[in-house]
Amino acid sequence: MQAGSKMTENKPKSNWVIEINENLCKGCEICIEFCPFTIFGKSDKLNRKGYYLPVVLIENKCNGCRLCELLCPEIAIVLTEE
Amino acid sequence: MSQPRNQMMNYIREEIMPHRFCPGCGCGTVLNVFTNAIDNLKLDPVKMVCVSGIGCSAWIPSPYFKSDTLHTTHGRPIAFATGVKVMRPDLKVVVIAGDGDVSGIGGNHLIHAARRNIDLSVFMVNNMIYGMTGGQVAPTTPTGVKTSTTPHLNIEPPFQVAELVAAAGASYVARWTTYHVFRLIKAMEEAITKQGFSFIEIVSQCPDNYGRRIGLRTGVEFLKMFKKQAIPIDKARELPEEKLEGRIIVGKLRDRERPEYTSELHRVTKEQVDKIKAEQEKIS
Ligand SMILES: Cc1ncc(C[n+]2csc(CCOP(=O)(O)OP(=O)(O)O)c2C)c(N)n1
Ligand code: SF4
Ligand code: SF4
Ligand SMILES: [Mg+2]
Repeated sequence: MQAGSKMTENKPKSNWVIEINENLCKGCEICIEFCPFTIFGKSDKLNRKGYYLPVVLIENKCNGCRLCELLCPEIAIVLTEE
Repeated sequence: MSQPRNQMMNYIREEIMPHRFCPGCGCGTVLNVFTNAIDNLKLDPVKMVCVSGIGCSAWIPSPYFKSDTLHTTHGRPIAFATGVKVMRPDLKVVVIAGDGDVSGIGGNHLIHAARRNIDLSVFMVNNMIYGMTGGQVAPTTPTGVKTSTTPHLNIEPPFQVAELVAAAGASYVARWTTYHVFRLIKAMEEAITKQGFSFIEIVSQCPDNYGRRIGLRTGVEFLKMFKKQAIPIDKARELPEEKLEGRIIVGKLRDRERPEYTSELHRVTKEQVDKIKAEQEKIS
C-alpha cells in the first residue's frame, strides 16, 4: 500500500464512480496493474488513437484511494463520490 | 460522445491535450501530481511563473501548465528563474526540467542556486537519460548501461543529484519516484511553501528511449522496479554502501532554515538606497 494514501479498511462504504476519458487514455495499463483492489481489467476496445482502453470490472470494490487517478500519466481517470 | 473531465484540467491547457509524452511516460504523472499539489495549496497560477529548458520533461510546465511559462534554452532554466525571482520576489517561481537539463549542461547553475539559497522550487525529472534526443548517456545514467553514446556500456558513475544539492546549501531537498505519488504531492507542497532553494529529484521513467535499453519496456515495469528498489532514507542510513547498490533512496534529505538570497539582496539594496537618501537630505 502507498504510504500517505487515504486507504483505510474501516472507512464507511460509499459509492465511487470511476470514469476514463477515452480521448486521453494511451493504454499504458498502469491503472490496471496498481489498483490495490484490481478493479480494472484490459478490454479489447480500441480508442480513436488505437490504444486498448482499460475497463472497470468491479466498481463497488473501489474505496476512493485515488491511486489510479494520480498515477495515470494522461490525467484520464475521473473519480467521483456519489 | 462527451468525455469525463478530471478537475485538474483547470490547471492545464486542455485544448492541446492529450499531451505529446509517450504512453506510460513519467512526465505525464509528474504533470498530474504537480497540478494536484497546486490545487491542494490553493495557489493561483496567475501568481506563478514556471520555467523549463529543453527536453521531454521541460514540456511538463510548458506548454501544458496554465501559468505564465518561460521555455528557455537547454540547461538554463535556473538562470532564467533566478532573474524572474530577483525582479518579482512576490511570485512563486517553479522550475520543472530534466536530469540532462538541470544536472548536466545546467549543473553549475544548479549548485550555485543551491549555494545562494534563492527561493526557487526546482523539480528535476530524473529519467536517467537524454530522452528527447533519443537516449544518449546523462550524468545520471547508471554505470554499465548501454546507451546510444555508450555503445560499450557506461563507464561513469551517476551523479547523486539530491545529495549534491543538499551539500551545496539548499533549504529543502527530497527524492521520490513517480510511483510515490502521495509523497510526491506532499513534497511539492512543502517545497513550494519553503523559503529558500527547494529541490525534488523525481526518479521517473522513459520507457521509450531508456527502458528499451535496460529491458523495462513499459511504465508498469518501471513503477514495479521503483516500488521494489525504493528504500526510505532512515533505513538507508543504517546500511553499508555496498548494500545500497541499485537502490533508490527516497525521502526528505534536508529541511532547514537559512538566509534566502532575494530577501538578503533586497535588504542590502534598501540599506544602500536609504543611506544615499539620507546623505542627499543632509546636503539639501
Ligand atoms: C545547448 C544545447 N545542447 C544540446 C541540445 C540538444 N538536446 C535537446 S534535449 C537534450 C537532452 C534532454 O535530456 P533531459 O534534460 O534529461 O530531458 P528528457 O528529454 O530526458 O526529459 C539535448 C542534449 C540543445 N537543445 N541545446
Ligand atoms: S493509467 Fe491512464 S492512460 Fe494508462 S491505461 Fe489507465 S486510464 Fe489509460
Ligand atoms: S522519449 Fe521518453 S521521456 Fe520523452 S516522452 Fe517518450 S517516454 Fe517520455
Ligand atoms: Mg532526462
